[in-house]
Amino acid sequence: MTAVTAGRSTRGIVDLVFRARELSIVAALAVLVAVTAGTNGNFLSAQGLKDIFLNASILALLAVGQSFVIITRNIDLSVGSVVGLVAFTVGDVLAADHGLGVGVAIVLGIVIGGVCGLVNGLLVSFGRVPALVVTLGTLYIIQGLDHAIAHGRQINAVDLPESVLSLGNGSVLGIPYLPLIAVIVMLAVGYYLRSYASGRDFYAIGSSPEAAGLAGVPVRRRVMAAYLLSGGLAGLAGVLWLARFGTVVADDAHGWELQVVSAVVVGGVAITGGVGTVYGAALGALLLTTITSALVVLKVNPFWQQAITGALLLLAISVDRLLALRVARILRRRNARHGS
Amino acid sequence: MAPDVTAVNSARAPLSRFLRWDVLVGILLVVVFIGGAAGSPEFANIDNLSFALGDLGEIALIALAMTLLVVAAEVDLSVASVLGLSSALVGNLWDAGWAIETIIPLVIVVGAVCGLVNGLLVTRLGLPSLAVTIGTLALYRGLALVVLGDRAIAEFPQTYVNLAVGDVPGTPIPYPVAVFAVLAVITAVLLHATGFGRALFAIGAQVEAAHFAGIRVKRIKLILFVVSGVVAAFAGVVYTLRYGSARADNGSGLELAVIAAVLLGGVDFDGGRGTLGGVIAGVLLIGLLRNLLMLNDVSTEIQSIVTGLLLVISVITPRLVAVARQRRRVPSPVVPTPPTT
Amino acid sequence: MTGAAEATAPHGPGTGDAPPVLALAGVSKSFGAVRALREVSLELRAGEAHALAGENGAGKSTLVKTLSGVHRPDSGQVLMDGQPVEFHKPADAQRHGVAVIYQEPTMFPDLSVAENIFIGRQPRASLGRIDRGEMRARAAELFARLGVALDPEQPARGLSIADQQLVEIAKALSRDARVLIMDEPTAALSGNEVARLFTVVKALREQGCALLFISHRLDEIFELCQQVTTLRDGAWIASEPVAGLTHEALIRRMVGRDLDTLYPKLDAVAGEVALKVHRLTREGVFTDVSFEVRRGEIVALAGLVGAGRSEVARAVFGVDRWDAGWVEVNGRRLPPASPTAAMSAGVALVPEDRRQQGLVMDQSIERNIGLTGLKGLRRGPVISRAAERDRARDWAIRLQLKFNRLSDAVNVLSGGNQQKVVLAKWLSTRPQVLIIDEPTRGIDVGTKAEVHRVLSELASDGMAVLMISSELPEVLGMADRVLVMQEGRLVADIPRADATEESVMTAATGRAS
Repeated sequence: MTAVTAGRSTRGIVDLVFRARELSIVAALAVLVAVTAGTNGNFLSAQGLKDIFLNASILALLAVGQSFVIITRNIDLSVGSVVGLVAFTVGDVLAADHGLGVGVAIVLGIVIGGVCGLVNGLLVSFGRVPALVVTLGTLYIIQGLDHAIAHGRQINAVDLPESVLSLGNGSVLGIPYLPLIAVIVMLAVGYYLRSYASGRDFYAIGSSPEAAGLAGVPVRRRVMAAYLLSGGLAGLAGVLWLARFGTVVADDAHGWELQVVSAVVVGGVAITGGVGTVYGAALGALLLTTITSALVVLKVNPFWQQAITGALLLLAISVDRLLALRVARILRRRNARHGS
Repeated sequence: MAPDVTAVNSARAPLSRFLRWDVLVGILLVVVFIGGAAGSPEFANIDNLSFALGDLGEIALIALAMTLLVVAAEVDLSVASVLGLSSALVGNLWDAGWAIETIIPLVIVVGAVCGLVNGLLVTRLGLPSLAVTIGTLALYRGLALVVLGDRAIAEFPQTYVNLAVGDVPGTPIPYPVAVFAVLAVITAVLLHATGFGRALFAIGAQVEAAHFAGIRVKRIKLILFVVSGVVAAFAGVVYTLRYGSARADNGSGLELAVIAAVLLGGVDFDGGRGTLGGVIAGVLLIGLLRNLLMLNDVSTEIQSIVTGLLLVISVITPRLVAVARQRRRVPSPVVPTPPTT
Repeated sequence: MTGAAEATAPHGPGTGDAPPVLALAGVSKSFGAVRALREVSLELRAGEAHALAGENGAGKSTLVKTLSGVHRPDSGQVLMDGQPVEFHKPADAQRHGVAVIYQEPTMFPDLSVAENIFIGRQPRASLGRIDRGEMRARAAELFARLGVALDPEQPARGLSIADQQLVEIAKALSRDARVLIMDEPTAALSGNEVARLFTVVKALREQGCALLFISHRLDEIFELCQQVTTLRDGAWIASEPVAGLTHEALIRRMVGRDLDTLYPKLDAVAGEVALKVHRLTREGVFTDVSFEVRRGEIVALAGLVGAGRSEVARAVFGVDRWDAGWVEVNGRRLPPASPTAAMSAGVALVPEDRRQQGLVMDQSIERNIGLTGLKGLRRGPVISRAAERDRARDWAIRLQLKFNRLSDAVNVLSGGNQQKVVLAKWLSTRPQVLIIDEPTRGIDVGTKAEVHRVLSELASDGMAVLMISSELPEVLGMADRVLVMQEGRLVADIPRADATEESVMTAATGRAS
């Protein structure tokens, strides 16, 4: 009996910690929106909201891919440069051949992103090299490639096929495509991670790589898959970037990896792996995007945005750590009382 | 237990049996130098080499502090952002009419505070330094943007610019390189010949054993982060004066070159292993390669690809060698012995 | 527990002439120069509990790892149902129905108990989805079968070690394991937890499971097992029925000689108090611990693993913080959480885990010995390598360290010689109080005696020695006084004259026997 009640309340504590994270993001969003809208009514106009959701979609897609990687106790810093590379090369290809449609663009983008992810995955899972160092290296390699291909050129919206641009601006039943795609991907990935055995493997690996190996989980294959998915989604995000902005240069999305990691960690995916959901990560992306928009509306120096991203990241990992220490202390005392 | 010994051993000392990695990098350096001199007439003249060295100044300086951190199994990714923040502050304050003599000490103090924040988050909260310094990478660069926006401040006093770009009288050695040389000697002694250095290696190799031996692990790590911040801020001043331009995005991505140089120099990313000589060879190798690429009109984009590749190669090669060696050691399939009874 | 279990005739398939479920035939395994197993044979039969006895370092862990697919034998065979099999990795052994319960199981702390049991084999609903309801129900059913009350939905984080083991057993059951190997499962359990574990395990045995059971507590072997195989220094000594065997006979097989000669404790006159610990408490770890150690005394701190002994030592030395109480060395209070202060007050701690805490494994002998006295090695601002080497050589000779060069990394040394390096590292600080945690764990018998001789000499030279040990013969042979801890509290202080295996174990387990 005692074991059961102890179990229940342990579950309670841990549940609370995670619910608390998602709830506190929602609360922060609500406060932010209320304050900003109170200062400037335009913030909640249809156009204002649409802008936020359009901007958040791309970040959310990247955050979903990154969650996969971080849940396995790794990291992928190359996503920003993949978005830039894909946006430019796909734009380049489309500008050269107007016959190509949106389908080709998406497939091409996902393939390019997937190849980048594959390289990262191979290096991390088979080379057994620290993920951060590898992906920092590939970040610059991919960025360099991007610049080398662009060579100072610019892709303009007029060069792109209408079907691609309408992906960025169009909507179905009043819902713009971009958020729709982001939400569909998020739900699909979230469902997969929760409801499929191979999905649970990712959590197992991040929770204890050692135990995962002992339990026969194919650790390397799963880590590969996580990078592949992160790369592929970054490729998709690159195509959406192209569709949304139309005008693309080689520098696009550089430095976004920091925003993505921040969004994921703020959304409750533990940087130490094994914990978190893609829904949280997407919420984190929405929060970061809303902050950026709010800064503009509140006429705060927009240069604050990056500093806030960094501060939020630090806040999130610190809070995670303090909560973990706290839970550990509570459990320690409980077990002690149990033993005696 | 026993097999772990061999595994750990071969993973950690991949090349030492035949040839030390840092010596290898030194040889590679000589090869690149000779090859460069043969391939390009402008390469091996004093002016070019002096320029190439000067161009390395900030990377080389920061690499010294980074070496100490990596040996102690920590890392500081925020160095380039601290450099940027320092540059932005120099620009902003100079623009506001402050004296450069006041600005420099102030900026150094700000660098120390940046390092202190990193160090406190790592040592007090026990957070991984990778995660913390990714956060402060964004934070400090963001603060640089807040301080200076997208402005660029130029026209610094000539005496100071001369200190950053000029040579030590009578030599072809730029001042920053001379400073680096002095600091490098101090760092080498500190790392390889003092108790502090011994403690760093122990912390990096087996932090628990170091703690049990009475080494003040947290305090030492905190000091290292502060030093890293100070050096990065100083490098920011040098950078600003050398280019004669203060911008918030100065030195973006410089952390990559620094870490590449340190790892290329044979310092183990997991800590506890490495030599300062190797790091200096690594820094020079990266500098010469960049210079050669530049002389051959290879674009800066390709240069960043090369640096990235060097980084990946320098972390993956030791592991591959270790894996290959382990594979060789695995005994051939078990030969069934006749039944014992 | 009663003797009823032993009387129960094992039933289930294959008890007669059928080949053993799992067997080792003439298996040898070496690691470098260390021959961990030499020509070892072992047969596990269905419905039978088989004990594996032997001192630390006898090769028990290597044997377990060979059976579970972590190691591959250099020569000899692993047989299942009489057929040779090769386990290349733990998953192979699991597929063949071999399950291992470790002393401290490796779990996924972030996943639920049910997921921990079924990871990779979750029950599926349509379209390959995980059927969570079914998974929960099956986990609950397993727990019901084991007769334990655990909530399948709770996260594994925070489970006690005893509960973690039960989860592992449930996992083994869910895989229909035919062989259950338990590597010192009781070492960290309290009395009633052991009783609960045994109830579960006996039921499994009666259902036809083959058990391999490793324990340092002879009582448990006699209570649970029918057969016992003894190893000594990697070699097979005997396999025989437990019935008819006495404690003494088994110990003789394990140790290979009479106990008394092993422990050359010299008589020493206890001097003034060197270490005084007063009402020391670290919340949730140990409570209200008070004791004194005098000069010339060897005081043993006994108790089960997990009773808080090492934790007290760590707190006294300042590695961990304490919440209440104080520590005095030679009459002066130590500041909390400062190993540096403890060292300068004359305290030394030879820690429990040599490889993690005692040594920097891939650094040289001389550097390891020098690490505790870096200040004393300084000539001006820099370290004198000559001084470092002299100090190391000095102690190497005094402790009869066997080595090639002082610049060799310590990881090439044998366990016993590594322990001597740790001793040298600490004795070179000239401590007045030596705390030594498991002084002879995992080292060979010869070196063991040398370590004991050194400790004895140190005490008679006036050092105060606090020795933590899980080996009762060592405790009884070496200590002037035995302090016993149980579940975080100091429960007994037994003078040498009254210390017996029984009196110490009774206090340690809290069991009235």
